Amino acid sequence: MNVAKRTFDAVIVGAGGAGLRAALQLSEAGLKTAVLTKVFPTRSHTVAAQGGVAASLGNSTEDNWHWHMYDTVKGSDWLGDQDAIEFMVRKANEVVIELEHYGMPFDRTDNGKIYQRPFGGHSMNYGQAPVMRSCAAADRTGHAMLHALYQRNVRANTQFFVEWMALDLIRNSEGDVLGVTAIEMETGEVSIFHAKATIFATGGAGRIYYSSTNAFINTGDGVGMAARSGIPLEDMEFWQFHPTGVAGAGVLITEGVRGEGGILRNASGERFMERYAPNLKDLASRDVVSRSMVTEINEGRGCGPDKDHVLLDITHLSPETIMKRLPGIREISIQFAGVDPIKAPIPVVPTCHYQMGGIPTNYKGQVVAPKNGDSNVPVAGFYAAGECACASVHGANRLGTNSLLDLLVFGKSAGETVVEDFKSGNLTLKPLPADAADVSLARINRLETQTGGSEVHDVRLAMQRTMQKHAGVFRFKELLQEGVTHILEVAEQAKVTQIADKSKVWNTARTEALELDNLIEVAKATMISAEARKESRGAHVRDDAPDTAEHPNGRDDQNWLKHTLWYSEGNRLDYKPVNLKPLSADVEPIALAKRTY
Amino acid sequence: MSKRTVQFKIYRYDPDKDAQPYMQDISVELEASDKKLLDAIVRLKTKDDSLSFRRSCREGVCGSDAMNINGKNGLACLTDIDKLAQPITLRPLPGLPVIRDLIVDMTQFFKQYHSIKPYLVNNDPAPERERLQTPEDREELNGLYECILCACCSTSCPSFWWNPDKFVGPAGLLAAYRFLADTRDQATNERLDNLEDPYRLFRCHTIMNCVDVCPKSLNPTRAIGKIKDMMVRRAV
Ligand SMILES: Cc1cc2nc3c(=O)[nH]c(=O)nc-3n(C[C@H](O)[C@H](O)[C@H](O)COP(=O)(O)OP(=O)(O)OC[C@H]3O[C@@H](n4cnc5c(N)ncnc54)[C@H](O)[C@@H]3O)c2cc1C
Ligand code: SF4
Ligand code: SF4
Ligand code: FES
Repeated sequence: MNVAKRTFDAVIVGAGGAGLRAALQLSEAGLKTAVLTKVFPTRSHTVAAQGGVAASLGNSTEDNWHWHMYDTVKGSDWLGDQDAIEFMVRKANEVVIELEHYGMPFDRTDNGKIYQRPFGGHSMNYGQAPVMRSCAAADRTGHAMLHALYQRNVRANTQFFVEWMALDLIRNSEGDVLGVTAIEMETGEVSIFHAKATIFATGGAGRIYYSSTNAFINTGDGVGMAARSGIPLEDMEFWQFHPTGVAGAGVLITEGVRGEGGILRNASGERFMERYAPNLKDLASRDVVSRSMVTEINEGRGCGPDKDHVLLDITHLSPETIMKRLPGIREISIQFAGVDPIKAPIPVVPTCHYQMGGIPTNYKGQVVAPKNGDSNVPVAGFYAAGECACASVHGANRLGTNSLLDLLVFGKSAGETVVEDFKSGNLTLKPLPADAADVSLARINRLETQTGGSEVHDVRLAMQRTMQKHAGVFRFKELLQEGVTHILEVAEQAKVTQIADKSKVWNTARTEALELDNLIEVAKATMISAEARKESRGAHVRDDAPDTAEHPNGRDDQNWLKHTLWYSEGNRLDYKPVNLKPLSADVEPIALAKRTY
Repeated sequence: MSKRTVQFKIYRYDPDKDAQPYMQDISVELEASDKKLLDAIVRLKTKDDSLSFRRSCREGVCGSDAMNINGKNGLACLTDIDKLAQPITLRPLPGLPVIRDLIVDMTQFFKQYHSIKPYLVNNDPAPERERLQTPEDREELNGLYECILCACCSTSCPSFWWNPDKFVGPAGLLAAYRFLADTRDQATNERLDNLEDPYRLFRCHTIMNCVDVCPKSLNPTRAIGKIKDMMVRRAV
């Protein structure tokens, strides 16, 4: 098969918040850049983000980056790298102000500044009281941000390849990254995008779970491509379950609802979070709130005929506040829960939301992997940012609003690093191996010819049910062990998926089969990493690692204060140290402590 | 809702094998949890994997799954399946070239969006902090910035059907007014010049189809009226 070849200075895969922010850096610097995306840029899932983006602007309450850093490290349960965290929180004001200058329609305070609201886990004075740090455009912050970034890229003349799906990473025998193969959905043609630099910004993989706030397209393609080409995945056992997905539908209700004063109640109407988190209550960190909810439900205090959810109550807020600050939530609640939150509380359950782990990077956006005894050696030509990457700023649990910040800071930083490397002549166009497209062509060809195999939707459902049951909000030793066996069986079926549609044109059956190849890598990485981590930390809480005097909250710093690295080949696990040292001398390391809210 | 079977009539066309488009009669048994039209066609796709449509967020914010549902444009993910008369007739958005089944070529739609220079223009040196804007000035953008570019409006607009290359269409004009209404934007004159043309703005005959179909309850007609007002005010 003849494969067309295109050559660029840089290719960016993904046009969500991270990809678009990186693209701006490259386009404005004049690099010849291709941005590939499965969907029109403004359809990327960043569009669904609701609550806000964190920055210690201090527009409504006193604030500073030291407090933001403390909250983020504590939120991460000390698994976050403190150099990357310092970098992110110190850049926050700059990137949010830039976004405002691009035209982002932030809500405003009475004196005309960016409006900020409280959010879970963000506090004043090292945990004392909630702080107003989340910069918001009503409850449509992601939509406003994604459109503003796209619009700025239109101004910068960025070249997009819309509805092109990247298939595989191209590496040479030294392991350097030379670009990607991609399929144009409209024609079914496979091309090679040959580039000096490749940036992955493909977003999360929340669709490995049955119940998820993520879009259909969130299939972890970048993570899967990286894994298949030999790059390890970092900390994949850590998945955030958002406390408030609409029961039964999965659609998200932002934490901003609680930031505006919303309260979680059990069947007797009790504000149960007061028992679990006396200081921050409903605004405690997400993992804490989700577990408290599941505990209430498990102990019979859930609501509804099946006692399987709790209620999010904002009926005490004025209808004006709801219409002004939470109009989108009201629509969602009416559409997907059938209740108007002005009149009645919204039924909610913890729902898979965010992938803390991903492709390992440093704070410059360079992808790093172990080599010759050094755990963090940059992979030449390869960069990543956003939810697909692990910098690692979120560690074992991300704080709300820190992801949109991550997209801006590390999207920009990855872009800046590429521009620097380009200008200093460090990036060259390395020759393509003759077999550069063979892996991708073989995958496509297998789908053309496969018979007697398994149906894509059956395998996907089996994967989702396995993940939901065996690696959920609470984890159990036996279930994890069985989960590993099950997911490896499902992975075998994923190798023989078959499709009936053989058309070249816009073949969505083929797209879904190709996406499943990525999802299954993520699912294996998650289950195997989770089974292996024999402690509780952040979002990973196991029954055999309970809260004891020796191990508060079940955390075992002596043995497990380290990042997991999972390799697809042989399902091998490796570990690397957490960086507890900040980037500069302006701040002391945040010392290990028990996490309470 | 329990299990029930629903009947569909769906526009099918695969240029790789069909000489002509045709309407397919097909039914599917839904699970109790299937509530929206999108749930139903995703379910249908497990029976016939060749049915092609775009979808992503499943919550009405990405703008992917606009289609013509029983004669009216809308988003599959925000349409209650049980409220639709059967057989549920699904067609691609009218007025744009069909690529396959329910997937249309949106090139012309986005070309018009891009033609209004959809980005903030402010040539003052960037201040160190945010540009200030009063809450009242910010409120002017409500009802404008929320557009999801789904094209339900433009593809229900007769003026856009006849002149997709010349008339900007409701979505593009709504976006044009979003920037005209932004106190931070300095390109008012250029923006109005760009629309001062017998077709680009003035082909709108206030038929209001656009308002009727917008899944986000936006009002392009009102925005268009405001642009016309600005033109008039500028002329005197
Ligand atoms: C409902 C919801 C609400 C949220 N609210 C908030 C919030 O208020 N604050 C906050 O900080 N965080 C929030 N988050 C988290 C945050 O929105 C996401 O982590 C973030 O938007 C991810 O951005 P991204 O740029 O990494 O990826 P995405 O925005 O998911 O973009 C991925 C891009 O990659 C492209 N792509 C993927 N695979 C391929 C491929 N194979 N080939 C070509 N292109 C590909 C896609 O087309 C898309 O353009 C929320 C998340 C959800 C789900
Ligand atoms: S009001 Fe104008 S833009 Fe809207 S449908 Fe009618 S002619 Fe088209
Ligand atoms: S104005 Fe409404 S119908 Fe038109 S593109 Fe925007 S959201 Fe869709
Ligand atoms: S799937 Fe996103 S708008 Fe319907």
